[in-house]
Amino acid sequence: MRLSTKSATLLVLALLIVATPFFFPSAYYYRVGALVFVNGIAVTGLVILTGYAGQISLGHAGFAGIGAYASALGPTHLSLPPSLSVLLGAALSALIAFLVGRPILRLKGYYLAVATLGFGILVSMVLANESGITGGPDGVQVAELGLRDLLASLGLKLKAPVFWYAFSGVVLLVGAWLALNLYDSPTGRALRALHGSEVAAKTVGVDVPRVTLQAFVISAVYASVAGSLLALQNRFVTPDIAGYMYSIELVTMAVFGGAGSVFGAIFGAGILTLLPQALTFLAEYEQLMLGLIMVLVMIFMREGLVPSALRLIRGRGA
Amino acid sequence: MMAKLTTTTTLAALLAFGLSGTALADIKIGATLSATGPAAFLGDPEAKTLEMLVKDLNAKGGINGEKVDLVSYDDGGDPNKARTFATRLVEDDEVVAIIGGTTTGTSMTIIPVAEDAEVPFISLAGAIEIIDPVRPFAFKTPHTDKMACAKIFENMKTRGFTRIGMISGSDGFGDSMRKQCLAIVGDYGIEVAADERYGPQDADMTPQLTNIKGTDGIQAVLNPGFGQGPAIVTRNYHQLAIDLPLYQSHGVASKGFIDLAGKDAAEGVRLPGTALLVGDLLPEGDPQKPVVDAYKAEFEKETGTPVSTFGGYAHDAFAILVDAIKRAGSDDPQAIRDAIEKTSGLVGTTGTVTMSPEDHLGLDLTAFRMLEIKDGGWTLVE
Amino acid sequence: MPELMQFLLSGATVGAVYALVALGFTIIYNASDIVNFAQGEFVMLGGMITVFAHMAGLPLPLAALLAIVVTAAIGVALNKLAIEPARGAPVVSLIIITIGASIFIRGAAQLVFDKQLHRFPAFSGDDPIAVLGATILPQSLWVIAGALAVFIGLWLFFTKTLTGLAVLATSNNRLAAQLVGINTSWVMTLSFALSAGIGALAGVLVTPITLTRYDVGIALALKGFAAAMLGGMGSPHGALVGGILLGLLEALTAGYISSQYKDAAAFIVILAVLFAMPQGIFGAKRTERV
Repeated sequence: MRLSTKSATLLVLALLIVATPFFFPSAYYYRVGALVFVNGIAVTGLVILTGYAGQISLGHAGFAGIGAYASALGPTHLSLPPSLSVLLGAALSALIAFLVGRPILRLKGYYLAVATLGFGILVSMVLANESGITGGPDGVQVAELGLRDLLASLGLKLKAPVFWYAFSGVVLLVGAWLALNLYDSPTGRALRALHGSEVAAKTVGVDVPRVTLQAFVISAVYASVAGSLLALQNRFVTPDIAGYMYSIELVTMAVFGGAGSVFGAIFGAGILTLLPQALTFLAEYEQLMLGLIMVLVMIFMREGLVPSALRLIRGRGA
Repeated sequence: MMAKLTTTTTLAALLAFGLSGTALADIKIGATLSATGPAAFLGDPEAKTLEMLVKDLNAKGGINGEKVDLVSYDDGGDPNKARTFATRLVEDDEVVAIIGGTTTGTSMTIIPVAEDAEVPFISLAGAIEIIDPVRPFAFKTPHTDKMACAKIFENMKTRGFTRIGMISGSDGFGDSMRKQCLAIVGDYGIEVAADERYGPQDADMTPQLTNIKGTDGIQAVLNPGFGQGPAIVTRNYHQLAIDLPLYQSHGVASKGFIDLAGKDAAEGVRLPGTALLVGDLLPEGDPQKPVVDAYKAEFEKETGTPVSTFGGYAHDAFAILVDAIKRAGSDDPQAIRDAIEKTSGLVGTTGTVTMSPEDHLGLDLTAFRMLEIKDGGWTLVE
Repeated sequence: MPELMQFLLSGATVGAVYALVALGFTIIYNASDIVNFAQGEFVMLGGMITVFAHMAGLPLPLAALLAIVVTAAIGVALNKLAIEPARGAPVVSLIIITIGASIFIRGAAQLVFDKQLHRFPAFSGDDPIAVLGATILPQSLWVIAGALAVFIGLWLFFTKTLTGLAVLATSNNRLAAQLVGINTSWVMTLSFALSAGIGALAGVLVTPITLTRYDVGIALALKGFAAAMLGGMGSPHGALVGGILLGLLEALTAGYISSQYKDAAAFIVILAVLFAMPQGIFGAKRTERV
């Protein structure tokens, strides 16, 4: 029996999430795993925007920032429970993406890149400057999600890293499932047509501004949810989360693994999250190695790690 | 974790009974510092200081006969990374205490990890939130920003200033100190008539300073900030020939600041600093003199760079920790925590530290000295 | 009135810094359609190499020259070792390569040099020059003059010299350029050498004002990139005007509206300009190949 890409991706992801903890020597590995999943969620959003629709964004950390601060400020300023605050953040991100997306997506290539970059910087600046509300550049504390306590009261006591590993893993699976479904939907087909050639897509009747805007809004929601999860598990958030460095990191993860496929991008998120942890023994040489690995992979596996590796395997098989 | 805690406790108990220390593992101390990134010039001397002190201590036979093993990570100033490294230190490296958190943001993400794991944590960052409200396992060595503000305003008051201008960096340090200063400035009968900001990477602050210059009746200017900002502010201040006393914060208390701002521009600038910068000016009987002289001599010999206040924070954190482990007679995190809280009369580079269950900093205003820059060097004002 | 003058002078100073960085982007972009995210690191190298060569005893002009030559060589190495082997890769992969290279160069700089802030003396002293009640430092004039000189040089290069035209031809259609006998590999090498050299020159000129450290490249590249896009990527006019405009905007916002939101104001204007003129102010219309 041949598995579809969709089922294969979900199956492999689920297996990895469930099976790897058997090899974890300590709770720290759960923490790193949870970070991989959180980045994976944000990067899955970029697959929809960049991989499917062919649009670049250097400002998606802005949406992560909105999601993070929503989950931080919702409970303190609006007396909302953290779970509802996450949803509020996602809704707010979608609304803002909808409003700024229309003019921004008219731009192409590097001009789109600088416009999204500017948007992200504006968000981080507001977060840093409105210190009366946001706590300023030094950041703000975030309330407990409460789910872990609930589980504990039901007799399931989990360490924080273990809980967040499981929770982010489930969210990632749901996110990947939705993204893969989108791929096969009419919108997904329209997006792919668009990625191939915008002119061709137009001639076959694709409403280009509408579908790119949809992709932008959806990817913003992914980033927002990822930001919320990060803030909730760190119990503290600073405006750095909306900074352009994180935006660039996200794009790099997607492209590094292969922005065209959900699995590739998540794999890229995994590698680039693990590398700095694995390279700590190099101490001062860490940055040097990180840069070198990025350059080498992009030279020798230019479509990204996963697509290039798959091609290699298939090429050999044929 | 529980199981691990019990083992360490049992082992520690064995040691305490004097059975044998030789079969035991070294005492593992963790650190996560911002040795790179925007706060690198704080984190770099901190990391070097710890490395040097550990090497030294081990050469002298360690603590109670046991060697100290330092596990140090570079979080690049990113709170998210700091949290990950703190988890790694606690869960994977199984350290008995954590030093670090160069910035307030990184410290605040480490605290929940340390509290959860019940491992003592000594922060090297300024903000008061780290120790107020007091959390059982969180301590810090630097003065709070509020104390720096108080020291500056006291000095302004004695000079009869009632109306001042402020120009603050918009980074964490500048923003936090600005807030603390604005909160207490009224207590000194001083009014802030101009309140300007600049970005941490800005190249020119003359517009902001022009506005301060143009505000009526200003008698002095205060610049909370660290990094290149204060050096550029000081140069622009000189460029615009503003003829008012300029106060900088403890954030620039290093020789490097005078070099970057230039001798002429820095002339007459006042700032609250620690004894470390003026070791040679201290009178012979000063209790801090031997401590700061020894640290300064050793650090400068080891690294070839001048000491800074920030390396001093790491020095004090390490001194507090070693002292606590000695007194606890064990490397059980809980016992170390209890001993840290009982630290009393420990002379560090920053001041003399006496902690209590209500005070996890243990410094008072006397720890700060008001300094003035003259002829490219520091002088004591009092 | 003197206030306005001071704001304008400050804006011109900062704007010239941005313009110098922005100008560095144009050549590589024109030759290869790549926005080189390691451009800020060239600026950093220009400053840091000068600082350390000067500390080692070299006179300042010689140290600066050494910095420019070494940085240009590093630019060539970047092209040979990272860009050329990746020829034909999608543009976004090339961007990641330049980001990787910038991380690599920063990592190397923190090892070879140190992590502290540095500066070297201004070329013509620190005595401010009075202009209509306001003041400007002599070094600012050096930066402004440097930006103008590089701009004129580039403009002449791209319009009057055969090599400059060859660069533009290579960017338009690499194959066609090869067919008419242009050595496109040489053009790429030259572009990287020139861009890196201009970046290093910028670093040499601005360091007495902005100070330097191994990681200053990120922020400078960001502002330079924004300035270049505001003016229109690839156009020397655009880089110059975009840079100065950005500097003036920041200074005037800081002076008259809010120093807290001056960077925000700059980015809002950039967004507004791009919405009205999607190719930047001087950007050429590039037709999309189908």
